[in-house]
Amino acid sequence: MKYFTRLRVRRVYKWRGDPLAFNRKLKTYDYGSLAISVEGLPRTTVIVVGQHILIEGEDEDDPYVAKVTRLFGDDSGKQKKAVVQWFARVSEVPASKLKLLGREPHPQEIFYYQGRVCEDEVNAESILRPVKVKHLDGAAPFPDSDDKDTLFVKMSWDSKIFRVVPSAVVDPASEPAPAFSPPPRSKPSLPPSPPCSPPAATPTSRRVSRRTLSTPEPAEVRCSWGSMSTGKVRSLEAESHHSATKLSASKCLSATRRKASARTPGVRKKLQLCSPEKTSPEDAMDQLLDQELESEMMLVQRLSSSPPQALHLTPHRKGHTAPASPLSHRLTPLRKAQGGRDAEDAIPIKPSSVVLQQLSETDSPPPASRGDSTRATTPSRRKEAKAARESALAVLVEVDNENSPMLPAATTPRSSKRKSALLVSSRIRKQLHLLNNDQVLNSDGEDEDEDVFVPSKALQSSSEEDEEEEEEELDSDQEVGAKKSRVGSRTPRSKGKRGTSARTPRKTPNKKITPSTPQTPRYATPIIPSRSLPARCPANVLEEARARLHVSSVPESLPCREQEFQDIYSFVESKIVDGTGGCMYISGVPGTGKTATVHEVMRCLQHAAEVDEIPPFHFIEINGMKMTDPHQAYVQILQKLTSQKATADHAAALLEKRFSNPAPRKESTVLLVDELDLLWTRKQNVMYNLFDWPTRRHARLVVLTIANTMDLPERIMINRVASRLGLTRMSFQPYSFKQLQQIITSRLNKVKAFEEDALQLVSRKVAALSGDARRCLDICRRATEICEHSAPPTPSASGLVGMSHVMEALNEMFSSAYITAIKCASVQEQLFLRAVIAEFRRLGLEEATFQQVFVQHQALCRVEGLQPISVSEGLAVCQRLGACRLLLLEPSRLGVLQRVRLNVSQDDVLYALKAD
Amino acid sequence: MRKNRSIMSKRKAKYAHLPIGESITQVQSMLRERLCNQRLPDKPEGTEAQHKHLLELLRRTAIHGESNSVLIVGPRGAGKTMLLKCVLRDLLEDKEAQKSLLQVHLNGLLQTDDRIALKEITRQLHLENVVGDKVFGSFAENLAFLLEALKKGDRSSSRPVLFILDEFDLFAHHKNQTLLYNLLDVSQSAQAPIAVVGITCRLDVLELLEKRVKSRFSHRQIHLLSSLTFTQYLQRVQSQLSLPQDFPDVKFAQDWNDSIKTLCEDKSAEEALRRHFNSSKDFRSLHILLMLCLSRVTVAKPVIKPADLLEASRLCFVDAKANMLHGLSILELCLIIAMKHLNDVYEGEPFNLQMVHNEFKKFLQRKSNSMYNFEQPVIMKAFEHLQQLELIRPVDGSAAKTQKEYQLMRLMLDHSQIMEALQKYPLCPTDVKQWAMSAFG
Repeated sequence: MKYFTRLRVRRVYKWRGDPLAFNRKLKTYDYGSLAISVEGLPRTTVIVVGQHILIEGEDEDDPYVAKVTRLFGDDSGKQKKAVVQWFARVSEVPASKLKLLGREPHPQEIFYYQGRVCEDEVNAESILRPVKVKHLDGAAPFPDSDDKDTLFVKMSWDSKIFRVVPSAVVDPASEPAPAFSPPPRSKPSLPPSPPCSPPAATPTSRRVSRRTLSTPEPAEVRCSWGSMSTGKVRSLEAESHHSATKLSASKCLSATRRKASARTPGVRKKLQLCSPEKTSPEDAMDQLLDQELESEMMLVQRLSSSPPQALHLTPHRKGHTAPASPLSHRLTPLRKAQGGRDAEDAIPIKPSSVVLQQLSETDSPPPASRGDSTRATTPSRRKEAKAARESALAVLVEVDNENSPMLPAATTPRSSKRKSALLVSSRIRKQLHLLNNDQVLNSDGEDEDEDVFVPSKALQSSSEEDEEEEEEELDSDQEVGAKKSRVGSRTPRSKGKRGTSARTPRKTPNKKITPSTPQTPRYATPIIPSRSLPARCPANVLEEARARLHVSSVPESLPCREQEFQDIYSFVESKIVDGTGGCMYISGVPGTGKTATVHEVMRCLQHAAEVDEIPPFHFIEINGMKMTDPHQAYVQILQKLTSQKATADHAAALLEKRFSNPAPRKESTVLLVDELDLLWTRKQNVMYNLFDWPTRRHARLVVLTIANTMDLPERIMINRVASRLGLTRMSFQPYSFKQLQQIITSRLNKVKAFEEDALQLVSRKVAALSGDARRCLDICRRATEICEHSAPPTPSASGLVGMSHVMEALNEMFSSAYITAIKCASVQEQLFLRAVIAEFRRLGLEEATFQQVFVQHQALCRVEGLQPISVSEGLAVCQRLGACRLLLLEPSRLGVLQRVRLNVSQDDVLYALKAD
Repeated sequence: MRKNRSIMSKRKAKYAHLPIGESITQVQSMLRERLCNQRLPDKPEGTEAQHKHLLELLRRTAIHGESNSVLIVGPRGAGKTMLLKCVLRDLLEDKEAQKSLLQVHLNGLLQTDDRIALKEITRQLHLENVVGDKVFGSFAENLAFLLEALKKGDRSSSRPVLFILDEFDLFAHHKNQTLLYNLLDVSQSAQAPIAVVGITCRLDVLELLEKRVKSRFSHRQIHLLSSLTFTQYLQRVQSQLSLPQDFPDVKFAQDWNDSIKTLCEDKSAEEALRRHFNSSKDFRSLHILLMLCLSRVTVAKPVIKPADLLEASRLCFVDAKANMLHGLSILELCLIIAMKHLNDVYEGEPFNLQMVHNEFKKFLQRKSNSMYNFEQPVIMKAFEHLQQLELIRPVDGSAAKTQKEYQLMRLMLDHSQIMEALQKYPLCPTDVKQWAMSAFG
């Protein structure tokens, strides 16, 4: 029920049952399960130990994934805590490390997290809901499904490397109920499920078909645990033959089942005995016994509950009716013929996967052995067993809790695509041969887990009636759980359509864009088309030098900024290592290497992170000039951080949440904010947030800000913003001429293109003017051009860029064009300028109206012996001068009344006119 | 036209002489094409160095993938756009450059803000098809989109993009100069190779750039300041009017060219041309003058005479406001004269209708024998008409609440214009003329 989580419906968390254990030292009670109910709705979800759950994270759509290892609360009952084992989503693994994977990560892939110590104790109230997690074999391909709610585990991730993870540590089924055979190998289970999609349901709505699929699981699961008798398998098979959509995959499944059941029992026993485990043989025996009992109990329950299923058709009543109703939907065509065999009918519905998984994991002798036992048990015997072994039921409860929320996700509907099913079934077959090796590991895991459940048996011994009731409750819980996950997974797309998966609306829980599906135009990245002919490489020394001197070419090292580099490096490094946050303000005039230095620092730090000297971190960069509005900063940060798009307000909220909520496995983030002054808003909330986040305890955010002015915090920031920015400041001084010289030399890197004097001239000139390294490089580049195009090199000139070339370049770039422009102006224009100066002198002001100047102009014309010009012409002359900005004019609609000012100094004008 | 000419050249083989009318039509069309800047000159005239500099620069972008930025600065009509067009024409003759170079033309007068400019860039780069049928998003998305596109490229593999920003100075007035910053930043970083060519007539354009934008600009400026002498100017006139060798009717062309030569040597014509040269060196105003001459060529008079040139020159220099005065009624003219006297007395201080009316009444009482007094409303109407013609305009800020009669006004005419108009005013009463010329009202 996805929108429940979205709407922040208040959830109520309650312990189920009595505490399992009490820790006197810490005064905590351990519980076996936790019930989550949504306020106002009658249903509850039950979380039990060993289950995979989603935990509220900073990103609503991508909650954290974890497995519950312990549930406990304090004696007051107020605090509910859970100890979890984390799983990392693809998005949580830094992109640089994802490369280590050697393949494209699947969007639904998660990694078993075993990295550095991180908070594994979470508030139980942050648990959202259970989630289906499946373990995949290292080499196994990801199932071709569009089920967004199932996550896959293949590897473990310890923040440095990926390792193949044994399935035992992942799959929950093995842990709470050691009696069951090792965890289902989930991957193969998925694809075969299509055959299960109800044959009768084809005309019915999809909603109904979903139900039929997902609800009946409990029964089926029990059935499978209760181990398949060969006979049952046969009947199953027979039934499946009835169904119109019978697929070869299911055939294959039943075949494997038969094969498995034919195996001799006891292999498993032997394995357990031989396996390097702590438990004694007796324990193992007990365990086996329990397994058997449980399986029996399950069968019993299944059978006992099935008749009512057929009777109650109204859904949402209570207890097992809910699961029943879909069953009846599905089975209507068959029921008449088969009478009371509903329970068995349920078997084909159930993704036989679970059974298969068990088989595949352990090479499945145990089901066979258990199957034998169950086959022998008549209903009467079962009752007997039920009466005798109440304690086993307790475990059963656990089991139900355990599996119910998980399985629905696995059985979410998918189209019965024959092709994919065939493909997958062949994969399954292949895998079945490969799985023997895992046995030892699996059984080991089970035994460890068994300890957890011994107390539960002891504690939860209650009357049979109670158990029955509880069972009913559980069923309803399961219904909720099932519904939750089902609805949660419901995405508005046609089922089974592969191509559409990339187009799911962004709101779906798993809205990671798979980078491998660029066929939809939406995610296509714009690109300048590539050229047909390759760009030419520099042919001679001068061209080589020019390429090296281009500002864009990234130098091997950044000379002359060693101190600044060191300061920034140690600042950021210390913050990353400590896992804290901080701000730094870097100022300096343009072209002094601020951004370049920070980038260099980041390159080094990223390299260090790659070789594991420091923990990995995110580096993101925003530039105030590269956004249209200060609030776009949020959008860009969010997009670079999580590659999701949002409006500015929403992005701000998401970021706020991300940086203020504790997230144990979060990496440090280094944020570079270039051109900070442009993020100024009237309320300064963008800047405020940027500097406030690092101060949050859990943010682990380092903010480096860059701007031109040294006193920016004092000038434009209000106190609370400036205070948060702190006093970690650094200012980049303009380069001195020696530094500039060194920069050019290091860029040229032994390409001999410049005379020594020429270099010195450039760097001295630039250092005197601005200390802007860009300017320096541009001048050098222009000088090489001038050198190249100057007259054919005489033998003495040696082809190097000399003083004369540099002088010419300097003149071109720094000399003002005003004087030349005046010299090149027409006679009347020059006269007008003189008239302006004459009028200024007369008035003693630096401003005059056109009319006044025009009188002077007429007089000057007569003096010069020229025919006086008309007012229109005079205005035209004046406008021309104004267009070049030799004069500053008022808008021309004022005509003769417009005021005129000089934009050049009078001396310059007189100098230019005199030189004529 | 071209087809027509080819037919002509075919005919040329048969008849060396064309009917005079046809020759005239040919001359008209050929010279008009030349004078209206529709044909680029074959070689740069007087701007060889700039041409070479720009060509080399753009060639390096097109072929080597080197990012560059450059400004072409020069007064209006100096041939900036022409230079760029010539360079592009020469550049695209190179097959390699032609294949790879992408062009984006922007004009500061059309792309008045960055949002429009970004859309235009996207359109011209044909990037909108990448977006598919998705309606183009917000300004922010647009910018991110374009930056992304440019960032994706790199020096060696992407096609170079040539950004031509006409009226570059207007782009500097956009908010935060976002577009300029980003374009120049791309040109200074290892992204898709681009060349930014700005065209402007403002000499102080660099001072308009914000310092971080300025730092990213390479500071290359190509100045187009013509140091043209009058002899060169005359030669230019002659070459502009001369017919080429391949004119169909060789005889006619010969005669035409001879007549042009004599025209340029004629004293009065030279005088007129010098006046033009003194006023402005740019070729656009010259072309207007020559166009006026050309339009006077007819079958009956198949040559340009110096008189035509003088007449055209007179038309060019005619004073616009003085012409308007010819159309005024005698009352309105009298009011103008009264205003002139007020201006003389009060040294340019603003006046209102009552003052003007009083001045006019004084004139009527003292000297007039041909003029009669008018009703106040008639005077008022005449006054309003003058305001509509913008011969007078209200003083800034005084228009608010004062009555019309007392609203302060200024005269938008110079004395010389009034006197000139009076000289030519048809049937102007002599007493009015005398009144105008007398020193004090």
